[in-house]
Amino acid sequence: MTAIVDYGAGNLTSVRYAFAACGVEAAVTRDPEVIRAADRVVFPGVGAAKSAMENLRVLGLVEAVRAAAEAKPFLGICLGMQILFSHSEEDGGVETLGVLPGQVRRFPAAVGFKVPEMGWNQVRFVGLEGEREGEGPERQEGHEGREASCPSCLSSPSSRLASRATPQTEYYFVHSYYAEIGPYTAGITDYAGVEFTAFARKGRLWACQFHPEKSGRVGLDLIKEWLSC
Amino acid sequence: MLTKRVIPCLDVRNGRVTKGVKFKNNVDLGDPVEMAVKYSEGGADELVFYDITASAEGRPIDIGMVAAVAKAVRIPFAVGGGIRTVEDMERVILAGAEKISVNSLAVKDPAIIAAGARAFGAQCVVLGMDPVKSPRCPSGYEITTRGFREFTGMDAVEWAKRAADLGAGEIVVNSVDADGTRAGFELTVTRLVAEAVGVPVVASGGAGTPEHLVTVFREAKADAAIVAGMIHTGDYTIAEIKSVMAQRGVPTRLSF
Repeated sequence: MTAIVDYGAGNLTSVRYAFAACGVEAAVTRDPEVIRAADRVVFPGVGAAKSAMENLRVLGLVEAVRAAAEAKPFLGICLGMQILFSHSEEDGGVETLGVLPGQVRRFPAAVGFKVPEMGWNQVRFVGLEGEREGEGPERQEGHEGREASCPSCLSSPSSRLASRATPQTEYYFVHSYYAEIGPYTAGITDYAGVEFTAFARKGRLWACQFHPEKSGRVGLDLIKEWLSC
Repeated sequence: MLTKRVIPCLDVRNGRVTKGVKFKNNVDLGDPVEMAVKYSEGGADELVFYDITASAEGRPIDIGMVAAVAKAVRIPFAVGGGIRTVEDMERVILAGAEKISVNSLAVKDPAIIAAGARAFGAQCVVLGMDPVKSPRCPSGYEITTRGFREFTGMDAVEWAKRAADLGAGEIVVNSVDADGTRAGFELTVTRLVAEAVGVPVVASGGAGTPEHLVTVFREAKADAAIVAGMIHTGDYTIAEIKSVMAQRGVPTRLSF
């Protein structure tokens, strides 16, 4: 069962429809038990980091989401990606889930620099140093069977993605904050001279700053690849 | 590099896409969902729907149509027309639209912009404006409302700045003078607004050839441009428009 976490951070309709287009009827849930029971977890979100963290706490979802991100196929999208990092500059600073190391910063306020970044931008897929540091599915418990049946997760974490998506492949972005480039950065985007993490991977944790559910055919390709990892 | 967006506009009347000049002489162009799929697969970067009869008839937006489009296309789309309250906005967003466009309503009640931005985020709230050349305003452009029927005395550039401050995440500048002419965008008002605000600006009204888009992106600093008649009639495809844009050095999404 694929669970989409509903924590009051924006609209999940598009995410649900995109998974349906990939043949998966995902369960939209705010129940920590459903998240614990899920095989795969999708963590979307738009809005502000601070209120998102408050919502997660009020709903009792912090530990369930963190555990899922560390142990099973997990897909963070937009704000759901940003709050996987340790800290965000949003609203004067907020501690976030800390599943991935690094900071989330605001785009600079400058003349001619439009914020939010809104539209289609290229993602340059790069190597995965985090994988080489020994982070990966082998540390997890209770999923041995799935790992054995999914060698591509272990052997070629992003090679298929990188081969399908050319440097000219654009995805749809809408955001005012961005994650710095770090050890798990697997895709880089340049917005008006600022390079940031468009895509991060740590084992079976995938995190997109862009919206795969709204990125046309290439977005569905990415979702299908995540579903098969 | 962030690419310049090409956004087909679909005016919907009684469940059908129509096109007329300055809201007159409307002709039937087809089914909204079928056209949305055709354009999204054909390279549109985004779509915008205006439920043009909703406001005039005082009835709410066609939520069934919004949901059908959301199921059928995998690119972002905005919906405008017939929105009066934050609850109306919420219904449109829950049905699957990314953005809500407010125009006359925001002129009458600017607080709706802030309320929408608070509830859904600035990126969801688009201000549509219909400026017309007018010596009465300092920028030379005055805001009209209700489908160009009413003059407000409001300066277009001042209104754009205020709307962005209130939380509008994007501004669509739809020139009354250029609308429906297919003689090119109104470059001056587009550039004035684009230079005055820190949010993306969408040029609207007047697109007739791919060169018109090249010009508005290069000279008027637009982040996106709306096309309607030139693609609805079949004179150009989106791929043809984008091919010219790319040849002329405009950052363009070609992988669709």
